[in-house]
Amino acid sequence: MTKIVALEGLTKTFPGGVTAVDDLSLDIREGEFVTLLGPSGCGKTTTLRLIAGFEVPDRGRIVLAGRDVTDDPPYKRAVNTVFQDYALFPHMNVAQNVGYGLRIAGVPKEEISRRVVDTLRMVDLLEKIEARPAQLSGGQKQRVGLARAIIRRPKLLLLDEPLSALDVKLREAMQVELKHLHQKLGITFLLVTHDQKEALVLSDRVVVMDRGRIVQAGTPAELYDHPATPYVADFIGTSNLIRGRLVKCAEGQASVAAGPVVVRAHMNGALFSPGAPVLISIRPEKVLLIEPGIALPEETNRIPGTVIESFFHGNAVRVAVNIGQEEPFLVDMQLQRSLSGAGVPGPGTAVTLAVHVASVSIFADASAEPRAS
Amino acid sequence: MRLKQRRRVFAIGILSGPLLWTLAFMFIPYSIMFAYSFFTRKFPTFVPDFQIGNYITLFADPQYYQVLLRTLKIGVFTTIFSLILAYPLAYFLVFKIRSPRLRTALYIAVIVPLWVSYLLRAYTWKTILGSQGVLNSFLVWTGLLDQPSDLFLYNQFAMVLTLTYIFVPFMVMPIYTALEKIPRSLIDASKDLGVGRIHTFLLVTVPLSLPGILAGATFTFCLTIGDFVAPFLVGGANGAMIATVVQSQFGTALNWPLGSALSIVLLIIVLTIISLSDRVERAGRLDLA
Amino acid sequence: MATLTEAASASARFARRLRLPRLDAPQVSTRALGVAAASTIAFLYLPIVVLIVFSFNDNPVTTLPLRGFTWRWYESAFANADLLRALWNSIHVASSATVLCIVIGVPAAIALDRIEFSGKALFRRAVLLPLVLPGIITGISMLNLFRVIGFDLSLTTVIVGHGTALVSVVITQVFARLQRFNRRLEEASDDLGATPLQTFWLVTLPSIRTAIVGSALLAFTLSFDEIPVTFFLTGRDNTLPMYIYSTLRSGITPEINAIGTIIVVTSLFIIFLSVYLLSDKQEGR
Repeated sequence: MTKIVALEGLTKTFPGGVTAVDDLSLDIREGEFVTLLGPSGCGKTTTLRLIAGFEVPDRGRIVLAGRDVTDDPPYKRAVNTVFQDYALFPHMNVAQNVGYGLRIAGVPKEEISRRVVDTLRMVDLLEKIEARPAQLSGGQKQRVGLARAIIRRPKLLLLDEPLSALDVKLREAMQVELKHLHQKLGITFLLVTHDQKEALVLSDRVVVMDRGRIVQAGTPAELYDHPATPYVADFIGTSNLIRGRLVKCAEGQASVAAGPVVVRAHMNGALFSPGAPVLISIRPEKVLLIEPGIALPEETNRIPGTVIESFFHGNAVRVAVNIGQEEPFLVDMQLQRSLSGAGVPGPGTAVTLAVHVASVSIFADASAEPRAS
Repeated sequence: MRLKQRRRVFAIGILSGPLLWTLAFMFIPYSIMFAYSFFTRKFPTFVPDFQIGNYITLFADPQYYQVLLRTLKIGVFTTIFSLILAYPLAYFLVFKIRSPRLRTALYIAVIVPLWVSYLLRAYTWKTILGSQGVLNSFLVWTGLLDQPSDLFLYNQFAMVLTLTYIFVPFMVMPIYTALEKIPRSLIDASKDLGVGRIHTFLLVTVPLSLPGILAGATFTFCLTIGDFVAPFLVGGANGAMIATVVQSQFGTALNWPLGSALSIVLLIIVLTIISLSDRVERAGRLDLA
Repeated sequence: MATLTEAASASARFARRLRLPRLDAPQVSTRALGVAAASTIAFLYLPIVVLIVFSFNDNPVTTLPLRGFTWRWYESAFANADLLRALWNSIHVASSATVLCIVIGVPAAIALDRIEFSGKALFRRAVLLPLVLPGIITGISMLNLFRVIGFDLSLTTVIVGHGTALVSVVITQVFARLQRFNRRLEEASDDLGATPLQTFWLVTLPSIRTAIVGSALLAFTLSFDEIPVTFFLTGRDNTLPMYIYSTLRSGITPEINAIGTIIVVTSLFIIFLSVYLLSDKQEGR
């Protein structure tokens, strides 16, 4: 696979003194669907705008298909953008909006109308070809924005939170369509979103950002199962984060004491000295709720607790359990067999949480103060 | 950075015209006028000088300071009467007319006269108020008066009436805009909290429309005190205002330095009022977003 | 919003602490307001109606009762060579001044909207000053300038004066429209390969076009009726308002009512068009 985009040490500081993007480097391969994920203010949108050319970096280089475009204005870059607020030209109808890029490029009229029809058919909006943007719904506007951006077959398609203005149902439908469109077109997609679900569903690779830097980049499964930092563990999916101290470290297994409980975890390469402050993270769905006293295999953690309350989610029940920490521990019980929450332990029930050591992630606790010794 | 250079070229291209224009036709003329105000008159023209005699004349000679005071008085009265007429009208349009189309139509009907020939609108009052005019002939015709009265025209009442007539739309415009911006929920909230209509009006509506009142009052006052058409048409012998005097200094009296000094005084009054209302508005500005 | 709601409830609490009695008289107040509003509107239009009615009244004196319908004031107005020359001069002045306002005002509005430069605050104040500045100051100061540089007064100086006094009308309207303009549209256009000039012509200009045309119509009417600046800057040639102004000295003639009616009706038409074009709904048409 060839590299289509290379970002090298990009830095952008705004006049107010805020460094939005901080020494960011990233390669994107041709045909990939990459997502920049992070909360608002993490620099993901600025990164996108730097690639599009709407902002000029203070330092660093942007290489697009082997060409340095850092100093090129947007109209010289083979990149097209789908905007969050659609940015459709209100004085042009759908056909004129979609054909705008080709008209600018000097493409003959007949070819423009042929390609406009083709592209609108691709986004399933052919019947609105004569409509004005004001007459369209949010989802339809986004399709026009998409059609307008892909008609020029850019080397890279930038999508700036394209679905965030749509309601949940429509958003999920559009996610599927985006994925199909990506497969059909073979164009490289770079999506910016704060919605971790969207990122996991759509992307080949997710890049998690925080304060202008990349925290972790990897496939959705890698990020979900092996978050590199507590930040990633917390941002993607739901995690029970427990603060503790390392008490023992042997045979690739660590034991962490957190208040009354001791939890064992796989070390997966990380090295800590005994006594080090650490954070462990456990996903709610990787935990089994069992009655106390049932025998468990050797590789399984056994944590005693008391049920506080439970929340019905339809396909699952989320149970909050007191295990002697500040925060309640969350456990998801799938409901494929039992009917509507029958068999969910009521408040006050003593339970045991069973967690396999491989399902426990362990991190250095950066927030803990250095030990005085 | 090629991009930054291009932006600079664009900026210079866009800015240079308007900038040169304001320099040539505002800053330089004002400076000349300022300089002239210190010159000395030497019939039939004047000579360069630096003395404040012109300003002393303006404030010492009753002939001039009375005109100044009269102008300010007429300005104040016109502003008050315009406000009295404009506020209920704007309030009625915003809060009592339910249909948005009708409301917009009426609003446009109210502000359109503002731009329709100022001279002709002022002149019409002369034809209405004159001794042979519409009002007199109407009153005589209906028998309310035995003979035409000359009380209506050529006095300060006629000037305030005419100027109020001219500036009411100017007052309605910003007040209407300010009232329209007030969220209805706020007024409902106040009533919901057990506050009566009149107190809601005084405690919520009026404070929130204050920027509009201020803008309207600034416009009305500043333009009234510089007017010379109304004094000419309906003011009569004792109706001279600042502009009338300025006009005669540049015309028959041929005293450009004194006229310039008076213009500078007028300019200073206007600038003071603008910056005052600017400051008050900024201090009292509420977040309506 | 939150602060506003707080303000409302704070003032409500304040009112209760003062033990103000509840005053409610909804029906009466609405009716009284309606009457007040209607009378004010009547007050605004009464003189215009008087002007129009008397332009058709068969009596050389503007007095009641009416005497019958006639076209003769219109006939004599259009037979009056001085008046026609003044009318032509006014059209010439107003169209030239309007062009000037656009040429200076549109770039100024763009500069205010999107260029940062030192002295911007002063520049903004200066270009907007004529909105509240009595025309007489513009007239006097420019008269001084033309005298200093030895430029003879003529319709040209009047045009320059009108341009200076009225450019702020164009600036405020175009600036307001630019402020509401979505800059993403320009980015979208850049992104699709358009150069800055293409983007301006194809995206920005169409979005502010109605504001430009609307404010131009406004500037035209205002220039057409302008008196104070014209008074000081005109040479031997008269504009129509100046002609009317000078005849008013010698007394009223129904001829003025006739030409006045034409001006007022035309102005009303132009202004309605202008206000329509300047309304919010016109964005990007």
